[in-house]
Amino acid sequence: MVDMGKVARRTFIIGSAAIAGGVAFGYYAINRPHKNPLLDDLEPGEAAFNPWVKITPEAVVLIAPHADLGQGVRSMQAALIAEELDLDWGDFVVSPGEPSPAYYNRALADMAAPFLSTDRSVPAELTRGAMGALFKLLGAQVTGGSSSVPDSYETLRLAGAVARETLKKAAAKREGVRVADLTTEKGAVVLPDGRTIPYTELAADAAKIKPVSNVELRDPSEWRLIGKPMPRLDIEPKSTGAVTYGVDVEVDGMLHASIKLNPRQGGALLSYDASAAEAMRGIKTVMPVTGGVAVVADNTWRAFKAADAIDCEWGPAPYPNEMADHWAALENSFTDDLLDSKWRDEGDMDAALEGTEVISAEYRAPYLAHAPLEPISAIVRVDDDGAEVWTGTQIPRFVQTNVAAIVGCKPEEVRLHNQYIGGSFGHRLEDEQVKLAAEIAKAMKGKPIKLTYSREGDFAHDFPRQIALARTQGVVKDGKVEAFDISIAMPSVLDSQFSRQAMSAPPGPDDQIAAGAWNLPYAIPHYRMRAYRAAQLAPISSWRSVGASSNGFFADCALDELIIAAGADPMEERLRLADDPVSLKVLEAVADMSNWGSDLGPDRGRGVAFVRSFGVPVAEVIEVTNTPSGVRIDKVFAAADVGRIIDPVNFESQVSGGVVWGLGHAMNCEITYKDGKAEQSNYHQFEGMRLYQCPEIIVRGLENAERIRGMGEPAVPPAAPALANAIFNATGQRIREMPFNKHIRFV
Amino acid sequence: MQLTVNGDKYDLDVEEDMPLLWALRDELGIKGPKYGCGIAQCGACTVHLDGLAVRSCSIKMKQAAGKTVTTIEGLGADALHAVQEAWIEEQVAQCGYCQSGQIMSAATFLMLNPSPSDADIDQAMSANLCRCGTYPRIRKAVKSAAAKLRSA
Repeated sequence: MVDMGKVARRTFIIGSAAIAGGVAFGYYAINRPHKNPLLDDLEPGEAAFNPWVKITPEAVVLIAPHADLGQGVRSMQAALIAEELDLDWGDFVVSPGEPSPAYYNRALADMAAPFLSTDRSVPAELTRGAMGALFKLLGAQVTGGSSSVPDSYETLRLAGAVARETLKKAAAKREGVRVADLTTEKGAVVLPDGRTIPYTELAADAAKIKPVSNVELRDPSEWRLIGKPMPRLDIEPKSTGAVTYGVDVEVDGMLHASIKLNPRQGGALLSYDASAAEAMRGIKTVMPVTGGVAVVADNTWRAFKAADAIDCEWGPAPYPNEMADHWAALENSFTDDLLDSKWRDEGDMDAALEGTEVISAEYRAPYLAHAPLEPISAIVRVDDDGAEVWTGTQIPRFVQTNVAAIVGCKPEEVRLHNQYIGGSFGHRLEDEQVKLAAEIAKAMKGKPIKLTYSREGDFAHDFPRQIALARTQGVVKDGKVEAFDISIAMPSVLDSQFSRQAMSAPPGPDDQIAAGAWNLPYAIPHYRMRAYRAAQLAPISSWRSVGASSNGFFADCALDELIIAAGADPMEERLRLADDPVSLKVLEAVADMSNWGSDLGPDRGRGVAFVRSFGVPVAEVIEVTNTPSGVRIDKVFAAADVGRIIDPVNFESQVSGGVVWGLGHAMNCEITYKDGKAEQSNYHQFEGMRLYQCPEIIVRGLENAERIRGMGEPAVPPAAPALANAIFNATGQRIREMPFNKHIRFV
Repeated sequence: MQLTVNGDKYDLDVEEDMPLLWALRDELGIKGPKYGCGIAQCGACTVHLDGLAVRSCSIKMKQAAGKTVTTIEGLGADALHAVQEAWIEEQVAQCGYCQSGQIMSAATFLMLNPSPSDADIDQAMSANLCRCGTYPRIRKAVKSAAAKLRSA
């Protein structure tokens, strides 16, 4: 069948309105490409062939609109363009560009369609097409959902190829030769006589001709860059202190702001007394803002100190004050009214559970902070022409809209300079700090205001990972898993996130409530998965791997319990059940890497877990030792299949980083509320993992999957269940609640 | 208060209890040392004070006055430090925000302990937090930097 996604993408790039019949797009506008934002400020002698390539007389500029949070996408985007444009690695300038609807995220739209990633049926493809149309209309430029690679993979290579062929056409015209006789190499067109013309010298000519629209992508066998290790462009500046993050940006005349907000998130400010703060050195002003008070000073530390000195009376929290009530809300959410969707119902579950021994369990996952090391910050200056913003964001066009609404200008009058981000893990899918900076800057027109959150402020006002509860039951027969039934309740992350953008979540079920638990690639005779959409509790947000971060733990551990009860081997039974060839190969790989079945010696144990999230099957085996001073994690073996690995070094970093993220939080972390306030205020109460706890991590990447996928998140979900399964194997103790250190000691 | 930073002398008019970190960042515009926690938990702010790694967020200006500070910008000002070379070769950084502090800590650690065991490395480098989880590469880079420094 026709791959609708591919047709739409090609059409978009090339700018032709031709589109295959039968796509469920209701608007002509969908077929029309967005305007190329690079054409807006082109100087004479410069050319921009598409939204991703601009060539000036001085430099080849590649636009990387996906934000770099540390996952390396700035380099990845550059590599895809440079591959087709025949640029040597690093022989170009990379810029995040300006926000534009042209950079709407097609791959995220694909994923927003609630179908298995391997499902290529007509309803699945039509829904993806419709979601794509919606995202395009919205111009949803978003970095997230491990979608940067799939969103860029074809688009950016096409962008490079279009630029290359257009430059060749310009050279052919200038030199009076045939395009077919030209080649490109090292940022230059090579003429038949061997002379070369650098692209930069062709920019002026190329700007006068219509970009070539009919291009073919190179066969992977011809690639120079993709698939090979490339030193990330930011590695050296990140090792010399030369990278400027959002929090480092300085603007002339800038003042420093801090805020004190109601620690009961979303609660009101009833009254405040800032007299002590106002008298402190360097304080320019104190003003009320939404949900609290802001201090403006001449130094960040002075602003922090003064904010601490403000006395505030706060209103109540718009959610339960105590954790017991949050859990009770989830416990009471397994009702027909709150059933969001029944995602799987194979076999006959009721019959399978009838009149036989049923193995049941309850699993819990707590709230978790994002706590990236760079605290959130934003600089906003409001002037007569609108506003200028310097911040690191994954949602640049939402930022423009929100700042515009506060300032009272049009979104396009908000000039946004996106910055390198010192870790996000989902945090920068929110933009509260930019809104608050805009409020302050509006009151101090003409002054650039840099608002920086203190670490304590960041913990208090983070929108954490969802709290979640699972109830599982199952039946085993003849040494095999016969029935697996899992129900999960959590508040919807989508509902919470959209509410802060003054929008409603898209209609229909929220797939993140089921993510990682509804798409097990196992032929279990009776398999049911029900997702319950609990009422909103504390405000929550996307946290690295979102729903699968809790659900992968629930589903894989509950299945492991059944396998153990059946008396089967955890690896053998998963291999026997696996009915998806790509997933099966991932499991086989991790069995091979870990030498599964070999004798580990005394006081040791191993566990395996498999979770598929963001379309990526990942299997992890963890080996632990039960020492007198606690459980030590010795080794992690991880195998993942993303279809195509763009850079093996960065792939390995994303997998091992995801493992550390998944383990550190599962072992050691939770956010709890007391009197409506988060009880954890800094890293001493929320450490994640430190180096001494970090195991050896061995990674293998496979390339059997049909579609290319991103690796920023999918290594996270299997880490917690693999550890819990290993702990069970080593100690006989089954842990069903995160963080595990509530139940067991770690070295 | 007088301060020498990366070879340059400064005279600062700031409070005695202002942390060195904020004098460097907001008064002198030296942004390599990062603010991460403010309570010496994460190590992102690590600088060398009279040659030894300290958490600049928790050193008050009255303690730093008259002393010599080296930040990441000054560590490899003439040529990259062996630790920086190793960090680049091993491609350690992801978001990179903690790495200035990691590198400054590792430089002092290897000066004091040129032939560290794996356990020494784990202990010394555990005081610096990395949220991206670059620890396996940090271990490799510290070992390779140690080898570089020994053979230099």
